Amino acid sequence: MTFWRPGPPRRSGRCLRPRDRFLPPIISVTTVLGAIFIVRTIVIRAEQWPRIKAQFFSLPAIIEVFPDVLRGFSINMSVWIVSLVVIALWALALAVFRSLSGPWFTSLRVFAIVYIDLLRGLPSLLLVLLFGFGIPALQIPGLPRSSLFWGAIAMISSYSAYAAEVYRSGMDAVHDGQRAAAKALGLSQGQTLRFAILPQAVRNVLPSLLNLAVALQKDVALLSVLGVRDAVREAQIYTARTFNYSSLIAAAVLFLVATIPMSRLTDYFTKKDRERRLQRTV
Amino acid sequence: MHRIEIEHLTKYYGKSLVLDNVNLTVGVHEVVCLIGASGSGKSTLLRCINDLVPFDEGVVKLDGVSIHDERFAARELYKRIGIVFQSYNLFPHMTVLDNITLAPRRVHQISRTESEAYAHELLELFGLDGFADSYPEQLSGGQQQRVAIIRAMANRPDVLMLDEVTAALDPELIGGVLDVIKNLREQGMTMLIVTHEMGFARDVADRVCFLDGGRILEEASPETLFSRPENPRTRQFLQRIIEAGRL
Repeated sequence: MTFWRPGPPRRSGRCLRPRDRFLPPIISVTTVLGAIFIVRTIVIRAEQWPRIKAQFFSLPAIIEVFPDVLRGFSINMSVWIVSLVVIALWALALAVFRSLSGPWFTSLRVFAIVYIDLLRGLPSLLLVLLFGFGIPALQIPGLPRSSLFWGAIAMISSYSAYAAEVYRSGMDAVHDGQRAAAKALGLSQGQTLRFAILPQAVRNVLPSLLNLAVALQKDVALLSVLGVRDAVREAQIYTARTFNYSSLIAAAVLFLVATIPMSRLTDYFTKKDRERRLQRTV
Repeated sequence: MHRIEIEHLTKYYGKSLVLDNVNLTVGVHEVVCLIGASGSGKSTLLRCINDLVPFDEGVVKLDGVSIHDERFAARELYKRIGIVFQSYNLFPHMTVLDNITLAPRRVHQISRTESEAYAHELLELFGLDGFADSYPEQLSGGQQQRVAIIRAMANRPDVLMLDEVTAALDPELIGGVLDVIKNLREQGMTMLIVTHEMGFARDVADRVCFLDGGRILEEASPETLFSRPENPRTRQFLQRIIEAGRL
């Protein structure tokens, strides 16, 4: 006959023995550092490494090109910020068009569906080339001819299609009862969206939207194919002149400096969003 | 004078018949309870009365006028007939006060001061003063449901329809909500109530209707229907309720 006996008391993190407390992190950190060291050794031992090092990681070259790349990067960031604002509004409009019911709104709904299908279905690079080279060539009086402008429009058009779908998923996630309650209180379709559905939908999808914002932050570099002198283009110009690729590293560092805080911000909002949902279900 | 008249109301969901030639009247200041098993059409009937779902045949009249008459355009119908749902459906991103004043302010163009004053009056009447600035998730289920009733009352409706408003609540929270409804009855509110709380229906109703398979099988005063039901289906239903200890 066996009796159940209480096991040793469970240890919370604070009162672990030193061995249990320090060993796991030490092992995990040394493993990762070890792996990195092995990769580094392989790279450094490569026959061509000294040449690559001089061509890609030349500090003097990076310092020399840095002001130009930074100036180009400011174009990337301005395009990014302006596009973000336009996309946030335009995508919301598309999502609302798509959600409208009733015969009066058929054309808007169909427009939104076709728009989203077309622009999500085309590679961004292709859109940038088509808009950036095609529309200025039309030479329509009154329209801007700058390929920077039309390139940005291409990015906005393409990203709006994605963001519209994100908004839509957020609207679909709002419980049907909310619509019924709003209708039963007498709110019109527009009021229901404005007061009941959209505030909840936007809150639902904020992390996903920020994720798109990070993606766009890098993708604005696509405008370099139009000859826009952004960070990537400036880096390429330097490379073409000096046969030194360090300028690309300079651009890469700038992009990372911009995107990593955005990623952390997205994580922060995702975490808050999860806590909010948990709180609601408990 | 009948506040609500329902004549030959028939509704299909696809091919299945959910309401089968329903005839029902609700007088002014009258409280009518609808009882019956799940799927008997009680909730659908309520939703047909205020046009939340369309029906196929028959007519619903409010004060003698069909709800599809043009006089009920422009949200007038929703103002006159309020409805409260089982799952409260409060707007989670708005405070209690904003939930209550949303429709008066945005739909009926009543000033903020006036609609908030009335909201505070209702909150106090139903024991929720002090919760005006809370968010729904900070309230218990019973408190949320009382807010939902107040939100419907804020439109000053002529008829209030309650759709199983206590079904989602913990037993100890039901009482507070039922007290609110009894209070409304004392004030002469015309109500149409779908409920599984038979004891409550017996206390509060002027008339009880038993629905089964989309038809009103029996309609009588609570005393008659609960003690001497005529229809065998009603008897069977009440027997089960009693066996489940809910009457």
